[in-house]
Amino acid sequence: MALGTDWVLQWTALAAQAAHEHRVELIELDRAIGDGDHGENLDRGFTEVEKQLESATASDPAQVFRTIATTLISKVGGASGPLLGTAYLRMSSSAKEQLEPGDLAAMIEAASQGIQMRGKATEGEKTMVDAWAPAARAAAAAAASGADCIGVLEAASKAATDGAENTRPMVATKGRASYLGERSAGHLDPGAVSSSYILEAAVRAAR
Amino acid sequence: MKGLINDPEKVVDEALEGFARANSTIVALHTDPNWVGRAVKRESGVAVVSGGGSGHEPLHAGFVGDGMLDAAVPGAMFTSPTPDAILAAIEGADTGDGVVLIVKNYTGDVLNFEMAAELAEASGHQSRIVLVADDVAVENSTWTAGRRGVAGTVLVEKVAGAVSAAGGSLDEVAKAAEEMSAKVRSMGLALRGCTVPHIGEPGFELADDEVEMGVGIHGEPGRARVAMASADTLTDELVDAIIKDGEFTAGNRVIVLVNGMGATPAYQLDIVYRRVAQRLDDLGITIERSLVGNYVTSLDMEGVSVTLASVGEDMLKLWDAPVHTAAIRKGF
Repeated sequence: MALGTDWVLQWTALAAQAAHEHRVELIELDRAIGDGDHGENLDRGFTEVEKQLESATASDPAQVFRTIATTLISKVGGASGPLLGTAYLRMSSSAKEQLEPGDLAAMIEAASQGIQMRGKATEGEKTMVDAWAPAARAAAAAAASGADCIGVLEAASKAATDGAENTRPMVATKGRASYLGERSAGHLDPGAVSSSYILEAAVRAAR
Repeated sequence: MKGLINDPEKVVDEALEGFARANSTIVALHTDPNWVGRAVKRESGVAVVSGGGSGHEPLHAGFVGDGMLDAAVPGAMFTSPTPDAILAAIEGADTGDGVVLIVKNYTGDVLNFEMAAELAEASGHQSRIVLVADDVAVENSTWTAGRRGVAGTVLVEKVAGAVSAAGGSLDEVAKAAEEMSAKVRSMGLALRGCTVPHIGEPGFELADDEVEMGVGIHGEPGRARVAMASADTLTDELVDAIIKDGEFTAGNRVIVLVNGMGATPAYQLDIVYRRVAQRLDDLGITIERSLVGNYVTSLDMEGVSVTLASVGEDMLKLWDAPVHTAAIRKGF
């Protein structure tokens, strides 16, 4: 079964809930290697997203994604605002009214590319790219092997979770954590972790 | 945390309101989104706009006024402002002669200012971004997000503002800012971390006998944690790192900024300045101008940074040009 606007709205509600529930955890992760504001910024951003969506009439996925993008860009600040905002902007551009498994994979790939372009980052630099890039690959592979929508999102979510976990031994070369050099190893990247929560919310919304 | 705070969520808004009222002859506060402009907008001239996370006061709003900035865009605590706030400042400050955006090299600041510049371009505002990346603590830019912009930002903002006040074109203002940005070098240390109000706990913990060497202006580390030592020994480490990095040799003329990070007493800044001056004397480097005080703070961080800029006659003239802002006033 294809996914539509209801799924995007439910995904967003669950992502907002995750940002709120994991606020302190993300602050702690960011305090270890950054400046400690990631959980705060993300929670503030998604709270505002929910407000905006309440007052907007959501007609199709593209429009919802665009509202999320502009809200995150204008409310989050820091690096994660423009980066996640760009991800949602790209998802908006590639979204269709009814999303089939292949469309979902293409959408996650567009998000991943957008983050890499905006942040001038690639995999292995201990950033949110380390969650999004493997998620995009896993989603494409699942879609190619005939998985349904839930299957594609599950593959993406699992790959993002594993990808976030894989940032632990990495030495950061981009973003605030890069100033720690070797001392950044041994800590999870907060942006990769929050990205895995966002993709996990996408699965739960589809179930 | 203990502090003179009403609501941790409103510290930036309330501080800006107080700042604007206290300096109402110099600045005007615009809200939703927040940006600080001059009390009276200029009729012509290249607008110089800067901004970044709050918590570094008097940077940047304290430098809005005659001879320096036309607008400052404060973000949330330690968080870069968003593109719509930067765009509002650009639109509000542009007299039609273009805007020079002075941006500290942090991923978030660069991303948000770039997005704002793109948006501004689309609505007919010409702009140039000048990056400040003066922190020598971050050595190899291939392996990091690049050098951070720290206290040297004040010098870049000052000379950009001076060229603009003298009637310089967009290219000329940007060029002066870039030249100063290329000349200026800084390094800082922290004795105690700082506490972001809505988090309530220090960003990092230091033992009584530890010093974070090469610290950034958010308390984020740069080089290493070293043992506590005398003021002279610690100052030497800062000066050595700066001298080793920049073009500072006998016969050079420099501007010196000894900057407090928020919770360092004035007498300790003077002790640090004393040693910086001794070292530069020994090296045959002439101190032409000096500034000692809290200019680029990090909330309640206890620490200091040293900034050197080697300058020629032209740059000195720009530094000496009249300025009337809340945080720096001279020549009026």
